[in-house]
Amino acid sequence: MDIVIGFLLVCGLLFFTGGSIGILRFPDFYSRLHPAGKLDTMGLLLSLLAMAVYVMMDFSIASFLTGLKILLIVVIVFVTSPTATHAIVDAGVRAGLKPWTKEGGGGV
Amino acid sequence: MRIRENNVEQSDAFDETGNRQFQRIKQTAPAFILTFVIAIATWIVLSGKFDMFHMTLGVMSCLIVSFFSHNLLFYNTDIRRLPSAWLRFLYFFPWLIYQVFVANIHVMYLVFHPHMMDLIDPRIIQFKSRLKHPMSHFIFANSITLTPGTVTVHVSLLGNYSVHAIDTLSGEALPGDMEEKISRILDE
Amino acid sequence: MDAFFLYSSIYLSAVMVLSLYRAIFGPTVLDRLIGVNAIGSKTTALLVLIGLVYHRVDMFVDIALAYAMLNFIAVLGASRYFQKIKGLYDEPGRR
Repeated sequence: MDIVIGFLLVCGLLFFTGGSIGILRFPDFYSRLHPAGKLDTMGLLLSLLAMAVYVMMDFSIASFLTGLKILLIVVIVFVTSPTATHAIVDAGVRAGLKPWTKEGGGGV
Repeated sequence: MRIRENNVEQSDAFDETGNRQFQRIKQTAPAFILTFVIAIATWIVLSGKFDMFHMTLGVMSCLIVSFFSHNLLFYNTDIRRLPSAWLRFLYFFPWLIYQVFVANIHVMYLVFHPHMMDLIDPRIIQFKSRLKHPMSHFIFANSITLTPGTVTVHVSLLGNYSVHAIDTLSGEALPGDMEEKISRILDE
Repeated sequence: MDAFFLYSSIYLSAVMVLSLYRAIFGPTVLDRLIGVNAIGSKTTALLVLIGLVYHRVDMFVDIALAYAMLNFIAVLGASRYFQKIKGLYDEPGRR
């Protein structure tokens, strides 16, 4: 069981690293949203799943409730993260930011 | 404003107020009970105490919350169709997780690629969806945003989507399979 | 297992420093907002990890839950506020 937990947690940390490096490397605001919003969500899902499995391993009512709370965090993040991403995109569009394209228009 | 007052006067004149109120209660009762069940389940998970004081507190606050916001979660839906819709949603969800995972691997490949600037080709694509129910619009837009490589920029009420895609591979998969599966959830 | 959790939380803090670069030097305000959002979602995982290290998960899980909601509300409020200001994104150094 320890191997499963370790594997999930390392995968989650890998997704977190990808998200951070993607924020640094991508050329403009719109494309930076792709790693920021979603790779972080996936990393959070995997790492919190690992922690929930670790907490629920020695079974009692208290630890079961704690594991359920951790899964509740995952559900909340899965609902709210696209909404937050959409709010940021909407702010960018209304302020008139031009998206970066390969042909060399716009962008920051 | 004047029309509403007129309506009230008319209903008073026909002496149907009690009957109409009974109809309204009958319509909103299932949504009220469902909201209350969800709220009390959340309360039990969050509190974790089962003595009399905390349970009474929870029941009271959940009653207040579901009285004020019972038409928020189950707005304008037929309650009898909900269980089958939830079953179909549970059938849809693992497929969504699988899609999110595959697309995540793709974006990870893009992020760590040394010549990333040559690979990506960001563009805003627009298409028209044939979904009708507001809830399926909500699920579809959030699924698009949750799948890396595509971010929903704007959705109009008529179903015109504009989506920012990071390269042509993730852009050309839309709307396609996902819209098909979501339209099957709410049975349109 | 405790040492493993400790090292992964240290690694997570190091990753957060990378996002902090975008939060400080980002060219526009919305780039900074993206950086702050990324740091917030990493903090949610970090709080549960700290709870596992200190053997007090039942307490830290509540803090993490509140932090996840607070992060969401902060991002919504900040983006709603900044979209009303029109010429904000014309950085002074660029033109």
